Parts: sequence; C-alpha cells; structure tokens
Amino acid sequence: MTVGQFLLVAVLAVPALGAVAVAAVPRDRAARLVGTIAAALTVPLAALLATGDRTWTSYTATEPAIRPWHRLDLQWVPGLDLRLHLGVDGISWPLVVLTALLTALCCGYTLWRVPPGGSGRALVALLLVVEVGILGTFLALDLVLFFLFFEVVLLPMYAIIVGWGGSTGRDGRPARDAARAAARKFALYTLFGSVLLLVGVYVVVSAAGTADLIVLTGGGELPRSTQLAAFVLLGLAFAVKSPLWPLHSWLPDAHTQAPTVGSVVLAGVLLKMGTYGLIRVAVGVAPEGARWAAPVLGALAVAAILVGSLVCLAQTELKRLIAYSSVGHMGFVLLGVATLTATGIQGALIGNIAHGVITGLLFFLAGAIKDRTGTGSLAELSGLRETAPRLAGLLAFAAVASLGLPGLAGFWGEALAVIAAVQVGGAYWTTLAVLAAVGGALTAAYLLRLLRRVTHGRPGPAVGSVTPVLSGAELTAWAPLVVLTLAIGLAPTLVLGVAGEPVAALVEVLR
Amino acid sequence: MNALLGALLPAVPLVAGLVGLLLPPASREATPGRLSARRAAVALGVTGAAGALAVAVALLARVDTLTEASTTWLDLAGLRITLGVRLDPAAALVAVAVAAVALLVQVYSVGYLRPEHPDDDRYPPYAAQISLFTAAMLTVVVAGDLIMLLVGWEVMGICSYLLIAHDRRLPQAPAAATKAFLVTRVGDVGFLLGIALLGVSAGSSRIADVLAHDHAPGLLTAACLLLLAGVAGKSAQFPLHTWLPDAMAGPTPISALIHAATMVAAGVYAVTRLFDLFAATSVVPAVLGVTASVTLLLGALAATAQDDLKRVLAWSTVSQIGYMTGALAVGAPGAALFHLLTHAAFKALLFLAAGSVIHAVGTALMSRMGGLRRGMPVTFWCTLVGLGALAGVPPLSGFWSKDGVLAAAQAAALDGTGPAPTWVAWSFWIAGLVGVVLTAWYATRVLMLTFLGRAREPLPNPHDPSALLRWPVLVLAVPATLLGLAGLSPAFAARLAPAAPDTATTPELVHVGPGLLLPLVLLLVGVGTAVVGRRRSPTEDPARVLGPLRQLFVAGFRLDEVQHTLVVRPVRALARVARTGDEVVVDGVVEGTGRAARSLGGGLATLHRAALPRAAAGVLAGALLIGLAAVLLAGWSSS
Repeated sequence: MTVGQFLLVAVLAVPALGAVAVAAVPRDRAARLVGTIAAALTVPLAALLATGDRTWTSYTATEPAIRPWHRLDLQWVPGLDLRLHLGVDGISWPLVVLTALLTALCCGYTLWRVPPGGSGRALVALLLVVEVGILGTFLALDLVLFFLFFEVVLLPMYAIIVGWGGSTGRDGRPARDAARAAARKFALYTLFGSVLLLVGVYVVVSAAGTADLIVLTGGGELPRSTQLAAFVLLGLAFAVKSPLWPLHSWLPDAHTQAPTVGSVVLAGVLLKMGTYGLIRVAVGVAPEGARWAAPVLGALAVAAILVGSLVCLAQTELKRLIAYSSVGHMGFVLLGVATLTATGIQGALIGNIAHGVITGLLFFLAGAIKDRTGTGSLAELSGLRETAPRLAGLLAFAAVASLGLPGLAGFWGEALAVIAAVQVGGAYWTTLAVLAAVGGALTAAYLLRLLRRVTHGRPGPAVGSVTPVLSGAELTAWAPLVVLTLAIGLAPTLVLGVAGEPVAALVEVLR
Repeated sequence: MNALLGALLPAVPLVAGLVGLLLPPASREATPGRLSARRAAVALGVTGAAGALAVAVALLARVDTLTEASTTWLDLAGLRITLGVRLDPAAALVAVAVAAVALLVQVYSVGYLRPEHPDDDRYPPYAAQISLFTAAMLTVVVAGDLIMLLVGWEVMGICSYLLIAHDRRLPQAPAAATKAFLVTRVGDVGFLLGIALLGVSAGSSRIADVLAHDHAPGLLTAACLLLLAGVAGKSAQFPLHTWLPDAMAGPTPISALIHAATMVAAGVYAVTRLFDLFAATSVVPAVLGVTASVTLLLGALAATAQDDLKRVLAWSTVSQIGYMTGALAVGAPGAALFHLLTHAAFKALLFLAAGSVIHAVGTALMSRMGGLRRGMPVTFWCTLVGLGALAGVPPLSGFWSKDGVLAAAQAAALDGTGPAPTWVAWSFWIAGLVGVVLTAWYATRVLMLTFLGRAREPLPNPHDPSALLRWPVLVLAVPATLLGLAGLSPAFAARLAPAAPDTATTPELVHVGPGLLLPLVLLLVGVGTAVVGRRRSPTEDPARVLGPLRQLFVAGFRLDEVQHTLVVRPVRALARVARTGDEVVVDGVVEGTGRAARSLGGGLATLHRAALPRAAAGVLAGALLIGLAAVLLAGWSSS
C-alpha cells in the first residue's frame, strides 16, 4: 500500500472512527472534543492527498479521461458490481479539502456552542458521518460506490435538521414543527432524486458492464440512446441536489431551519455533491447526452440566477435570503458546466469552492446574529454596526465577497461562467451570458439591501442590547474562511492550478 | 526595476489599508485606547499614501517609454489572464495625481473628523478604506491586464460605497451609498461583458495583446460599446450619472477623493488605455461624443440652480467629465488626460475648501452663507483660484486644459479630424462653448453667494480652519494655478499623448492663437451676466433668473424619478412576483404533490377501515375474483 492509498483510506477512516469514538465516550464535552480532534486531523490528511507523484502512469494505449493521483481498487460486493474504488484528482481534491475544513470548523464551533435541542455529542457524531458520506462521494471512482456514499449523507442530515433545527424564538425554544416539516421535505425531495440516480446508475452499469468511472468516462461504448437516457436520469438527480431551478424548493426551508452548523455544511459542501456529480458522472459518463441537453441546462441555470436573485430582493428573513442566494450562485456554477468548455468547467469548480467558503461564512454570521438578537427578520434588525462593529464588518465582508467583487473568491466563478458562455458564442449563448451578467448586478442589489437593512441605520430594540464581543471560538471558526476568501480571490490557481489537466482531459472526451 | 515600482505602487496603500482594517474598533467613549487606535490609523493612512506618492514620483522620473511586465495569473484553455503592469509616462502622471490627492485627503481627514466628532470611533476603518480606495485606483492606473483593471475598478466601487455611508447622522447616507454602488455596477455588467468579448477574441486579457489583436469589426464595436457602459457608470456620464450628486452624503474629504483623482477619473483613464480600440470604430466615438455633449450641458445646467454648495461642485464634476469624454470622442486623449489632471487639482481644492466652509458655518446651504471673505481670507483666495480654474480664467490651469479640449473639438468639427463623425464633433464643440458660459455663470454665483455680499445670518464668527485643514488646500492651490502652464511645454505634451508609432508628431495640448479668444469672450459673458444679475438685486439668489426651470434644474432634470420609474420599481415588482411565483407555483407543486400523496393514502386507508360484514364480503369477493381469474387463465393457457 502506497502513502497515497493510505491517505485515501485514512481520510475516510479518521472521521468514521471519530464518529464511533464520539458515540462511545459517555461525557458530552469530552466526546465533542474527541470528535473535533478527529475532524481536525482529517484536514491535513486531505491536504496531503495532493502530495506525492501526481503523474499518471498509463497501462493502456489511450489515456483515460480520469487520471487520479492516487487510487485504491478493492473487491467489495461482487453481486452488486460494487468495488471499493477510491481516487483523487485535481477536480475532487479542492472539494475534499473544503469538506474536511468546513466540518472541522463546525465541530470546533460545536465545542463552544451546542444549539438547543439535543446533546452535543450526537450532533458531532452526525456531522462526522455526514463528512464521511460527502468525502466518499468525492473520492469514489466506482459508480455504485458513488451512489452508496451519496445516500449515506441523507439521513444524518435529516436528523441534524430535526434534532437541532428550528428558528429559535425569543424564549430560547426553537419552533420544532417547522424544522420537522423542512427536514421531511429535504429528505423526501432528495430521496426522489436518489431514486433517479439509482436507476441512472444501473442503466449505465448494465449497458456498459462495468461501474468503473475511469473506464466509463468518455461514454465508452454506450450507444447514443442510452447516453441520452442516462444523462436525463443522472442530470435530474444532481439537479435536485445542486439545486437547479425549478427543483430547488427543498433548499430554502432546509437551510433556514437547520442549525448554524447544519446550514454551513448543507450550503458549504452538500450542494457540491450535486455539481460534482454533474461534472464527473453525468457529463463524464454520458457526454453525448450532455451535449444534447446543454442548451436546456444553460437556460435553466440562467433562470436560476435571475429568479434566485429576484426572490432574494423580496426576501424578509436573513437566513432565508442567504439560503436563496445559493440558488443564484449555484446557477453560475451550473451555467459554467452547461457550456461544456474548459473555461466553464474550471469556473464551475472555483465557483463551487468559493460558494462553499463564502456561504459557509455567511451562515456562521447569520447564526451569530440570530443567536444574539433572537430574530432574523430584516425589519427588526438594523444598526448592527453601531453595537457590534466587528460582526457588522465581517458580515459586510462576506456579503461583498458573495456579490462577486473582483479580488475576492466569489468573482472567479461568476466571471468565468460569463466568459465561457461568450466563448461558446452564437446568439443563444451570448444572450445567456448577458442575462447571467445582469444577474450579477441583481446579486449586488440584494446583498447591498441586506447590508443596508442589517448594518446601517439606528439600532432597533433587538440589536440595541447586543454586546460587541466576539468569542474566541467564533473568531477561530471564521478566520480561516475570511483568509481563504481573500486568498482564493487573489490567487485562483490555489484551486485551479491542479484542475487544468483533468478538466482538459474531460473536455477532450466531450469533443 | 520600473516594473517592480509599478507593482509596489498599489501594494503600499493596499498593505496600509489591510493592516488598518485589523485595528481594533474603538469604543464609543473617549478612552486612551481609542486615541491610540486613532493615532495608529492616522499613521498608517498617511504613511501608505505618502509611500505611494514617493513611488509614483519615482516612476514619473524613470518611466519615459512604454514598459510592460506580466506573469500568468490564470491560464484557461483559450484565455490567458495575466497579472502585470503597463507603465507609460501618462500613467505615471495620473499616479502622481492620485497619490498626491490621497495624501492630502488623509491629512485633511485628520483635522476634519476630530476626536470629539461623533463618528470618530470609526476613524480606523475610515482611514483604512481610503487607503484601499487609493490602492484600487492605482491598480487601475498601472494594470496591464483587463481583468486586473476590473479588480481595481470594482474594489474602488465598494470602497466608495463604504465611505459614502460613513456618516451615521445622515439618514440618506446608506441609500446614497447603495445607489452609488448599484448604478456603477449596472454599468459594470457591460464592462465585464466587453472584457469577455475582447479577451475571448484575443485569447488573452492582457491589454497589449488585446490592442495588438485584429478583432472582427462587429465584435469590436459591440465590445467597446459594452465597455462604454462601465465607463459611463464610473465616470458619471449620462444616463448613469445619477449616483454622483447623491454621493455628496459622504464626508467632504471623500467627495474630494471621489471627484478629483479616483473613481470618476477611472472611466476616462480606462478609455485612454484602450483608445486605439475605441478610435478604430466609428459608432463608438459617435456614441461617446453624444453622451459627452448631453452630460456636459446637463451637469452645467443642474449646477446653476443648486443651493447645496457640495451639490454645485458635484454637478460641475459631471459637466467637466463631459469635457474629457468629449475630448476622447474627437480623438484627443492627451487633451482629455490634461483636463483630468488639472481638474483633479482644482476640484480637490474646491471640495477641501468647501469642507472648510461647511466646517466653519455648520451648513452646506449657500442660502445661509455670505460675506465669508472677511472671516476666512485664506479659504476665500483658494476658492477663488479653484473657481477661476473651473471656469477657465487665464492663466489658471483649467483655462489651458479646457482650451485644449475645445481646440480639438474645433479641429474635428471644422477639419474633420478625429474618429467621430463631423456632426458629433460639431455638437460637442457647441455644447462645450455653451458650457463655458454656464460654468462661468455658476462659478460666479457660488463665489457671490458664499464669500461676497453680507452675511445672511449672524454666524458664530466664521474663521479659517486649523493648519491640518488649511495646508492641504493651500498646497492644492499651486497645481490649480500653475499646472496649465505645463501644457505649453512640448515635453509635457509628449508625456500625456505619446506619439503613436505611425505618426511622427505629438499633438499639441495647448493652442496659443486666435482660437483662445472665443472661450474668453464666452467666459466674460457668463461672469458678466451673473454680476449684472446680482447688481440688480443684491439680496437675491442669481438663480432666480432661471424662473420655472429652476426646480427642474435643482432636481437634475428629474432623471432620478425616471430611473426610479423605469428601473427600480419594475425590478422591485418583478422581485415580488418572482417570490410569490416561487412560493406559490414552484413550491406549490411540490407541496401539492406531498399533500396529494397523503390524501390519497388517507383515502385508501379509509377504504380499508370497514366494519366486519363489509370486510368479510370484501374478502369473499376477492377470493371469488382470484379463483375466477385462475380458472380462466388456466383454461386459456391449456386451450
């Protein structure tokens, strides 16, 4: 077993064992500490995946479209065509690191503050299980294994929303019913997507006779009709998860009702399973289908950008606004994918990461504001910069990053999606580029409206009593996200430096 | 070495700004900690700006030809985005102006936002934001890549947003700040698309590559028109000028910064950087020239009627930028840059002097001022210089630079030089000449209402401000007076308008000759009309001669309302429709599916809950049916 293979296993095993350990430790605080350590350990392991020899040694005459840096291929359940086939490359690695980082920050945050509802150790354990599922999804190179990990995430997330969710009222007790309804909708809606994914996976596997993604990428020998069917099924499944308008309506409720750490993981990395799946599985396995569906996908992505921004402009609740903003931002990511160009897919990758970092930060901040003021209503929040200047400053930073200010992380995803649409050319895609760019202006409009409502003006009664102090745990959880937002904005090669080759290889099979 | 200096130029204030943002926000009470945070902020801000000025001066001394250096920022298939500098003498000159104004604004702010000021607990972020603003503008100045230029371009927008909203006592400040950012952002939609078109066409967003590439004519026209949208937003050109007068809600030093050397100058400067592209088409200069003419007259007319001193200056900026974009349209980027530089000097002077006046009087309304000359002689003389330069009184700076613009317009109109069609040149030339009359008139009006005549109200002994406020104004009076004479030197002209490789001679900036007489006569007409009007009724505002038009001019031709009706309200209504549609239709289908499934399940469940007799009958009927089916099937299959 090479170092790389060891790391691949370790990245999954450490959080999994951590979850078991958390469940085994009886004392609440100690258990949370154990969980946080496991989550924190995963971060360097994930980062180290990029080390070692990254060149692909070809065993065949033609190079495959996926050339993982490290891979591990073991037999698991032959009856289901299921192999434990893991690997990492430039497309998945940034997402793996992001997942590890955000989970570690969430676990650390839980050390300081457990949302009312359940025990802290159960929450940490569930977070770690979610992490295993998401990491597994990003690392899987076997289609059936991919599906398995994709599904692992669902129920723990449901439990997190039900157990610790609900917007806390002024009496400190969360409204449970709304959380339960939101969680049910989340679970059922995404389960509907999963059914399509399962059918899609077996359409591909039975037609191709293998579940190996490396072999499958590029369409292999699949006939055109199979590719079209597979792309429709897989595309719909990932569109629900991403989410793509109009299949997004589970998202606002789930994000709004979830506890802070739940929202961070949901928006930060869970949605990325959808876009990652779209790039790696749907586009990779059924390129004919992707080419066929690209115009529709592009139009829906632009619709998501515009509708998402407009809905945000009329939104009256802080967390719900941020949740809806994800619809618009993921619209840019999906537009990038829909162009099927190297620029677009790179834009989608960096947009994914940027959205994870920035929206994670936004949800942390929204949680902090709601915890302090007891309300998320934009009508009741005002004048935050008078009573809590640091918090208001951070919110302004995150909002400005989210509106895609050049020089910060959010810019690249939006700009590259627009540039890619221009690159494709023709009246249709140029129109989409123009509309997406207009969506960028709308994005600025709703985020500035948010800032104007929350930070400016005179402090209302809810804000008046807020103390300006930020706890150390909060700063520790937020600082890495602030730094990453700035770093990715100034040096996009941090994300895209490793993605160039695999994206080029993927685009090669799309020709 | 030059490239390193070029990179250092924005980096110095950037570091000062980022460090400044980390300073602890002071508590509201005047504690020792608060004062030390303030001192640190002042030191950082002034050092950053002074450092930038030193680097800019070094560049001015060293750069005499086009220097480029770049490295790959992001390499995408078919599009290379670079990070680099593109330095020429004009860039160095603009950089010096930017850094100098920024330094003076930093110094002036120390005196303007005193420790006892209610906003002072936010002095550290304020100073840091000025530093970031400076860094962003300097990035635009040196940028060798369009995407890099866009970074500076938009960071400047967000800094202006933050600074305009600084004053917590003004309820209109947050709205004005939001408007400033959003209006310019709408223009930036075009800017980004224009960059995308050019970058994709050239395969690189490096300015040198974009300029060198042979673009398809249609694409070039489209891209330049899109870029113009961004320029109109940043440089406050019709119809995207509406944010600038409202931006007066910001502290006065910030107005000086926005109006003089940064922000509004960026649009004009960006066009000069890409001038060859703009000039290669015929549509784009025509559009530029028409908007310039409209903007020039619109701004000047609106300036005639304002009562707020700062709003007069704001509208005059709109009008003066019109001269610059018009000069670009008639093919004289050198003249545009020359006017940009002199305007930077005299407009910064005017704003800082106005700040001193407002500081002393406690209001910005000119109807409540008058006779300030006696109490504030230094401010009076400085303002006189500034207004004289604005109106174009010889030999002050504005006279020479405005003459350069008008001479270029005249040449384009009469001889057909320049890229714009002749009728555009004619309309801009006439608008420019009318503008001279209007500018002279409103400049005279400002002087008479504020400094001359008798005091309208018993004022608490207005006096010249403290040294911190006085010296920046005095320093600015030097270039506001003398910078125009530099235009007479061929070396200076060559720096501003480097000869293109295919033309041997550099265009003259200043044309000494009979052409100077026409603007002079018009200037006298403007001043004379205002003075005569004042003689007739010394106590009244000369603007009364505008009659019923006065209200229209005060409201800036009600374009705000037009913008509100045509854009803001429809978007808001659309947003409400989108929200309702999303919740009722899109989510309604989902919820409806869930409810339908539940009620179907409930119905089936009810069907199965039956009393014993009916249940028994049901079971028997079922058995009978199955038996019947079995018999039938068996018979069918055996036969």
